[in-house]
Amino acid sequence: MRVDGKGRIDRTKPVSFSFDGRTLPAYKGDTLASALIANDVRLVGRSFKYHRPRGILTAGSEEPNAMVEIIGASNQTPNVRATVQEVFEGLAARSQNRWPNLTWDVMQVNDLAAPLLSAGFYYKTFMWPRAFWEGLYEPLIRRAAGLGSLSGKHDEGAYEKAWAHCDLLVIGAGPTGLIAALTAARAGADVILCDETAEMGGRLLSDGGEIDGKPAADWVAQTLAELSGLPNVRMMTRTTVTGAYDDGTFGALERVGLHRRPRPNLPRECFWRIVAKRSILAAGALERAIAFENNDRPGIMMASALTTYLNRYGVVPGKNVTLFANNDGARITARALMQAGVRVAAIVDSREDAPEEPGTTVHRGARVIGTKGRLGVTEITVRKGTTDFRIATDCLGLAGGWNPTVHLTCHMNGRPRWAESLAAFVPSDGAIPGMIAAGSANGSFSTQGCLAAGIVAARQSLEAMGHNTSDVDVPVADDAPYRIAPLWAVPTKKRAWLDFANDVTTKDVALSAQEGFRSVEHMKRYTTQGMAPDQGKNSNVAALAVLADVTGRAIPETGTTTFRPPFTPVSIASMGAGGRADGFAPQRFLTSDQASRDRGAPMIEAGLWYRPSYFPKPGEATWREACDREVRMVRGAVGVADVSTLGKIDLQGRDAGRFLDFIYTNTFSTLPVGRVRYGLMLREDGHVLDDGTTARLAEDHWLMTTTTAAAGLVMRHLEFVHQVFCADWDVRFISVTEQWAQFAVAGPQSRALLTSALGKAPGLPFMGVTPVTIQGVQGRLFRISFSGEEGYEIAVPTRFGEALFRDLTARAETMGGGLYGMEALNVLRIEKGFITHAEIHGRTTAFDIGMEKMVSAKKECIGKAAAARPGMVGPERDQLVGLKPLTDTPISAGAHLFAQSAVANRENDQGYVTSVCWSPTLSSSLGLAFLKNGRARHGETVRLVDHLRKIDVLCTVTDPVFHDPAGEKLRA
Amino acid sequence: MRLNCPHCGPRDRREFYYYGSADYLNRPAADAALQAWDDYLHNRDNPAGVTQDLWYHEQGCTAWLKVKRNTVTHEILSVEPVAGGAA
Amino acid sequence: MPDLIAKPALGRAPMTMAATTLAEAAWTRITSIAPFPGQAGSISAALAPLDLSFPPANRFVQSAFGRIAWSGREQAFLFGPEAPPNLAAAVTDQSDAWVMLDLTGPQAQAVLARLVPLDLRAATPGMAFRTALNHMPLLVMVDHAQVFRLLTFRSMARTAWHELQDALSGIDARLGLKA
Repeated sequence: MRVDGKGRIDRTKPVSFSFDGRTLPAYKGDTLASALIANDVRLVGRSFKYHRPRGILTAGSEEPNAMVEIIGASNQTPNVRATVQEVFEGLAARSQNRWPNLTWDVMQVNDLAAPLLSAGFYYKTFMWPRAFWEGLYEPLIRRAAGLGSLSGKHDEGAYEKAWAHCDLLVIGAGPTGLIAALTAARAGADVILCDETAEMGGRLLSDGGEIDGKPAADWVAQTLAELSGLPNVRMMTRTTVTGAYDDGTFGALERVGLHRRPRPNLPRECFWRIVAKRSILAAGALERAIAFENNDRPGIMMASALTTYLNRYGVVPGKNVTLFANNDGARITARALMQAGVRVAAIVDSREDAPEEPGTTVHRGARVIGTKGRLGVTEITVRKGTTDFRIATDCLGLAGGWNPTVHLTCHMNGRPRWAESLAAFVPSDGAIPGMIAAGSANGSFSTQGCLAAGIVAARQSLEAMGHNTSDVDVPVADDAPYRIAPLWAVPTKKRAWLDFANDVTTKDVALSAQEGFRSVEHMKRYTTQGMAPDQGKNSNVAALAVLADVTGRAIPETGTTTFRPPFTPVSIASMGAGGRADGFAPQRFLTSDQASRDRGAPMIEAGLWYRPSYFPKPGEATWREACDREVRMVRGAVGVADVSTLGKIDLQGRDAGRFLDFIYTNTFSTLPVGRVRYGLMLREDGHVLDDGTTARLAEDHWLMTTTTAAAGLVMRHLEFVHQVFCADWDVRFISVTEQWAQFAVAGPQSRALLTSALGKAPGLPFMGVTPVTIQGVQGRLFRISFSGEEGYEIAVPTRFGEALFRDLTARAETMGGGLYGMEALNVLRIEKGFITHAEIHGRTTAFDIGMEKMVSAKKECIGKAAAARPGMVGPERDQLVGLKPLTDTPISAGAHLFAQSAVANRENDQGYVTSVCWSPTLSSSLGLAFLKNGRARHGETVRLVDHLRKIDVLCTVTDPVFHDPAGEKLRA
Repeated sequence: MRLNCPHCGPRDRREFYYYGSADYLNRPAADAALQAWDDYLHNRDNPAGVTQDLWYHEQGCTAWLKVKRNTVTHEILSVEPVAGGAA
Repeated sequence: MPDLIAKPALGRAPMTMAATTLAEAAWTRITSIAPFPGQAGSISAALAPLDLSFPPANRFVQSAFGRIAWSGREQAFLFGPEAPPNLAAAVTDQSDAWVMLDLTGPQAQAVLARLVPLDLRAATPGMAFRTALNHMPLLVMVDHAQVFRLLTFRSMARTAWHELQDALSGIDARLGLKA
């Protein structure tokens, strides 16, 4: 219910939202949780395993019970914590894990079956009969498991990723963080101040109190005003620092648009990478519950959450509140409630020496041992000494003590240390280089303590950075000592909840120890305690204490679990921001791209490039028809193709030739100016890295080409060899792949086409290069061929690429030729036995592809020694051959080869097929393959088997060059 | 992870390509024994502690760098270009 | 005068949002200059008539004749004039290899924060950095405060434009929120 005159929400801005189909009123500034409490909605979910009715437990991101689905116009987000989701006009939320509805859930039968469903039950059940596993048990378990549901549609929302840099990152904007940020900011350091919630101030906004004699909220407002006016301060609200990584890098998730009605281009979230020289963890502490029988009913929540709901949101979940505490913290809650006119029926304080509390009854040395009220608590049972009595209540607050929020300090393998006097874990110093924990996160639980610690932490950070410091007076605030008598669990034979989210009870922890899973890491995995979305924030320490107790050890001896990023769940969409669909990788387009698409060419991805697959003519029904026609066209007339994607590297210098001799297996330094040579490049382990042609443009000027997909790899390799082995040589190189648009002109009419385009005959010998002027533009002409026909490649600066492409296309078509695509390009080269990376796939050597003679005996090169190792040459090697099926049957790349009559199994494997095509030139399927001792087996019949595609045919082993083996057409 | 490139300054790890151990710098002579080549190509120490690797500043200055770092503490001890010469 | 028609890398009109403009810069001659070992000094001498000198790492030198920017290890890009002849350096034409985009305005740094991992707090006029624009290679030059000239591969121009535009749209949408 709402409490008049309380809360920081804006009552001038009403909004309405819906929960499970009911429309309800709220105000701007409400979270879904506070709005539900305002509307007296007690039941918000069903627990994971037992489907017990659950209510809101906390007021923060650690909430384990109130997980809902937020239904958007075009998306749906499951497992949203109602304590984090802010209400906006039209917000639609739905409860989870129940059918048909929250009040009556079919699966609540699990609660009755509880004895069968204790920790590890799935290791002991569903075993028999074995046949039932796949057909019955597994489908049933699958349907029952999981939490929340997805829409099944793509998430079309906008998400962002971004970088931020600062001197000091302050994590948490409560008293500690605020004063630390102020101290550092006044000293002129660049500060980023992050807070998880919508409004900075932390517990000062919830608990009230005074600072320097004025209301704490005033001090907050004043501090925020000063900080936001400073140019060196960046304030990031709704931003959770999710992880601490090496070298001062942090991940942080900012909720940018989730608290608003969706609008175009507004990101839902932004995932930040923040780089900070120093950091201060001022993330506060989380209140602990106490475990007792039936401690999980709706209406039972943390005492500090009650204070937050009252003072920040102006709501209380009940009219007749009781509190169960082992420290003084509950008194703040009690006083705040009473001051607001809410009845506090009693405080059950486990400490014998607990103080009185005016306005309510304190039962000293007493414990809550049970509760009633399935859909919402109605009474508690209290035991004091040997007497049991009941108290009627509709809301029970638990104050079990505080756990410093140490999580980030564990992200680089640090472990927290046990502080006996605080009955809590605190961060270990230096766990994150450059990070200082301060305030409640470091075990200071008074406001005064936090303020003093914040200033100290800021000063230490400034000094460590060699920054000058500033003067900030320590304000005066409450400094009461923390008096806690640890009470983790009230003994009971029934179920007392530890992990609300995964339904793990004290019985489960005891069972785990009994069955031998005594270490905390084993207990965690056996019971699943700590493995839910709250990552054990509400249960880790208590579960550890229970385990310590049942195994007769002290807590530090029993151990601690560690924490890993992220601190709270991070959507995959935010980490992948911008990477959906076309955004996945940069797209690279040719100058001929539009002209190709205009002609209906389907474009395929070749690395990051888009290249035309084939150019369909009207009446052609399949790609094969187009491809066959294009092959015949190239061999019969002339074809034009865009080959700009191949890597082009410009090398210059007196030692460039010497460098190429070192990189390539064959000799380049002897290549005359104006000539082009095919080269083979090895890795240092003797396998082929890449092949390509390199041209000598001038005495000290060379142009290397590489395979499209290997361009970056080859560049890296050249840089390595140069910088490591010959950095003092006179050689420099740079990529010019993008500088030149390059087109292949291939076929018997290619010379005629170029004569018409150049205005004179090309006059180039085979494997020659010459500068040319083409229609006023300076370009280069190469006579090289990948098709096996007389062929050229003409290059112009890229800005003229489209114009030249269209010009060459028009001329080719006029001559009875035209454009050819990747499919035809592939057929043409297979017919000639020219290899691509299908053949030089990283595990083949020069010997394997029949080019061992290209490895010059007269000089050293990269890979030469390793290529000569035993086993790298000889009849045992798989060697490149051609294949022709005996019958008119298709064959497949990836098929394996066997002796004609052998069983097609691994032991009899003799090789594999790398490339196949239908050859219109030879009217046959053709394949390139690697066959053991293949070069000695031409003419033999082998069996080609593809188990996957059900192909089993006999083939003849041939020379890989099927068409024009003497190369007469090339050299015309 | 961040590396302090001697030419470019402190940069995020995404700008770099990791190649492997600095052992790659010590290429055996052309006529060295087989074992020397096998060691060069394949055999590495795997220390829990200080190691030296080669990184390429692919999205930056394209310098090859020798990085000395501690595999246990993740501390980066030094970053030097493998080649001398100017930036 | 060439007969072949030249096309720009992108050919899009400038776009402005949140008082920040993204525009394709006019075509400029770009020449790479990579001095041979020990020759940086002679290159500087040869550039002196252009009131330029070989730039130190991460900087560019600007004169009335043009600009020369450090572009990587032992390499610089000369913008505008032809390179002096007979340099003791490897010289290549890079004019067509890059798309040049100018990002100008109060949100320019915020836009780059979404795509560039670099700490731009120290980016003052006269600086030139090789880094990444998301997954693309980038040479970024700081012309003035709030004025950045970005170079990436010409073939990636569309992706570069889209990603910069998307970043700016997101920023514009944030600015459009009332408190």
